[in-house]
Amino acid sequence: MTDATTLLVGPFNRVEGDLEIRLEVADGRVRAAYANSPLFRGFEMILQGKGPMDALTITPRICGICSISQSMAAAHALADLAQVSPAPEGAKVAQLLHMVENVSDHLMHFNLFFMPDFARPIYSDRPWFDRAVTRFTALKGSALKRATEARTQLMHIVGLLGGKWPHTLAIQPGGVTYAPTARDKVRIGADLAAFRSYLEEVVFGAPLEAFVDLTQIEQLSGWSSGDLALFLSISDDLSLDTSGIGAGKYLSFGAYPLPSGPLFQRGILCDGVAGLLDQRDIVEEIPSSWMLGADAHPSQGMTMPDEDMREDAYSWCKAPRLGGVPHETGALARQAIDGHPLAVALAREGSVRARVVGRLLELARSQIEMERLLASINVREPFMRQVKLPKEGAGVGMVEAARGALGHWIKVENGLISSYQIIAPTTWNFSPRDRHGVPGPLEAALVGASVRAGEDTPVSVQHIVRSFDPCMVCTVH
Amino acid sequence: MNILWLQSAGCGGCTMSLLCAESPNLFDLFASAGLEFLWHPSLSEASGAEVCRLLEAVESGAQKLDILCVEGSIVHGPKNTGRYHMLAGTGRSMLDWVQSLAPKAEHVIAVGTCATYGGVTSAGDNPADATGLQYDGRHAGAALPASFRARSGLPVINISGCPIHPDWVAETLLLLSQGELGADDLDIYARPRFYTDTLVHHACPKNEFYEYKASAEELSQIGCMMEHLGCIGTQAVGDCNIRLWNGEGSCTRAGYPCINCTAPEFEEPGHGFTQTPKFAGIPVGLPTDMPKAWFMALASLSKRATPARVAKNATSDRIIVPPSVKSRKHD
Repeated sequence: MTDATTLLVGPFNRVEGDLEIRLEVADGRVRAAYANSPLFRGFEMILQGKGPMDALTITPRICGICSISQSMAAAHALADLAQVSPAPEGAKVAQLLHMVENVSDHLMHFNLFFMPDFARPIYSDRPWFDRAVTRFTALKGSALKRATEARTQLMHIVGLLGGKWPHTLAIQPGGVTYAPTARDKVRIGADLAAFRSYLEEVVFGAPLEAFVDLTQIEQLSGWSSGDLALFLSISDDLSLDTSGIGAGKYLSFGAYPLPSGPLFQRGILCDGVAGLLDQRDIVEEIPSSWMLGADAHPSQGMTMPDEDMREDAYSWCKAPRLGGVPHETGALARQAIDGHPLAVALAREGSVRARVVGRLLELARSQIEMERLLASINVREPFMRQVKLPKEGAGVGMVEAARGALGHWIKVENGLISSYQIIAPTTWNFSPRDRHGVPGPLEAALVGASVRAGEDTPVSVQHIVRSFDPCMVCTVH
Repeated sequence: MNILWLQSAGCGGCTMSLLCAESPNLFDLFASAGLEFLWHPSLSEASGAEVCRLLEAVESGAQKLDILCVEGSIVHGPKNTGRYHMLAGTGRSMLDWVQSLAPKAEHVIAVGTCATYGGVTSAGDNPADATGLQYDGRHAGAALPASFRARSGLPVINISGCPIHPDWVAETLLLLSQGELGADDLDIYARPRFYTDTLVHHACPKNEFYEYKASAEELSQIGCMMEHLGCIGTQAVGDCNIRLWNGEGSCTRAGYPCINCTAPEFEEPGHGFTQTPKFAGIPVGLPTDMPKAWFMALASLSKRATPARVAKNATSDRIIVPPSVKSRKHD
């Protein structure tokens, strides 16, 4: 075995926010990876001493790509603090807003962040290269433009119900600030119909139901239409089904709560075995983080940056662990934990391909669910319940952002926020090493990635990193 | 003209909002105006070492730079080192990079209220010691000195907003590309006047409620939100209710108050964002360019003159009483 060389990879673009990865490479393979979130802003400290309702204005601004997810988590945490539930129709509108954002993020990820790497000259000898260039060249590809236009039109739903995107203040613990009319409902229906046409014509090349009905990985090889087929043929050629293999441990907080429970179930999946998730088992460990204090559950946690950036740490990101174990979170985890048979099989594969297909599966399922949700909204009912917050107490808001599990833990004393802790999806996925030296999910998935001779920013590493759809601004917040 | 776009300490939401540009989409709009990204962190192909080489080329002058756009505030902490944001792969702080690259650009644009004035990243005790590019809140002189001028002779152009409206950025770039944006076209905080010469109040659908001070008491009620719910649309610059967001939206149209996000220091209003501070029951912070006594006189008069329709609707979550329509005269 030859000695390892070190590569410092960054700035890492087409991820949301800034990311630096240190790679130890030997014999053309990554031997170890260290993920650094190089930006600290201190939102948890900013929130201290504010009125609890101000969290609804401040937390969405943690992240411009999952802003509504942050709103939802804050609204849920405040509702939990007040021990109330929102007006049922208001909860539906909030959920629709949240779904639009998540769907929009999935679409952006596939078209603007992930696929453009296949149009790189390094692949010019591959049979699919010309199509990848036409469709997915960064800033120019025909698929990118069409996706951007489809997303912009879909976002009209947020304009109508939430005023603007990102950073709406429409979502409240008691419901939403705007009561839609029957006219609004038909307009939104038209926007959703247009989005379905786009998905079926361009992304899947077939009715969404045909994709959602797949149950086995083998059936993917028969998929011959849409940009999905292009991705699958690239994946076969580059063996993306054996690249970026994760540790097989997944969690989901459960997405889109209904009175009957979340639409996509809450739970964990460990080596193919489903289980219950108890948030009390979460601990944020900090030995590899530039943080002071102690490992703690987020309800007891604190954020004190180490201004000296000590030598034996390497990231501003904490390392959340559930029952002491790192977990991967995201669309693949969510769909597998919800029990979709194709997703369950893909979760077992745990590859770059699995993450990308898992996301597209959720895109298709979510469109169907948005249509169902809209149809169920009764515009004659109230959309808001007035909520009075207690002067003392605690609350937790657990939701699923596009990229996975997002939790807010709030504590209020004398009517003001005394503690606010946030664990974002990429905090889980891109966490640094924990107390036992166990790497985070991305760090583990990068081990074994191939590095071609002369590559200073290995393309296989880029595929693996982007397959997680990282949101670095959320990670540290 | 080429554009180098850097994302500093912000949420990335201004880029996300910019991608909502429509008629035409952002890519076609830029192509038609001869605008191209030298590099954009969310959109370009280049990653890692390629980007480092590009930044070095701009710094050395080997690569000409027309427009530098910076999104996100500039963090100075800890202890004035800027190390709370090291630009990945470069071993240098974003503070250092921005100070080095700005003088090379023909134009420098701060995109969003974080980049212009510090914004939400500088809220509370400002843990990361964040400022805007050329302003620290209302005060000129921050990561770049008050005297800084880009090669064009203009100061940093401040497109504030949290987030920016996609058209504010697109139209600023179009005006610059045609040489149509000069010093006189910027307001006192260096914002393009084409969107700051109007108020959020203009074309707000709650204007009739405002006329009578028929107020919403709780969020989701459709009355004016100035008296009780913290709305400062009458003081906030922006054309939000004239050009609208994401199709037909705006904050006040969706039933929540304008929090003046285009202004320096909006992140610290000194009270809850959805509360109106009052003195002896009267809101503090009345419209800036109206004599207070006149405002009070008119308000008390108009309150008493409020039509029943307007009063009833103001505290409802939808229109309960429609306007009375004149019936046809009897023959």
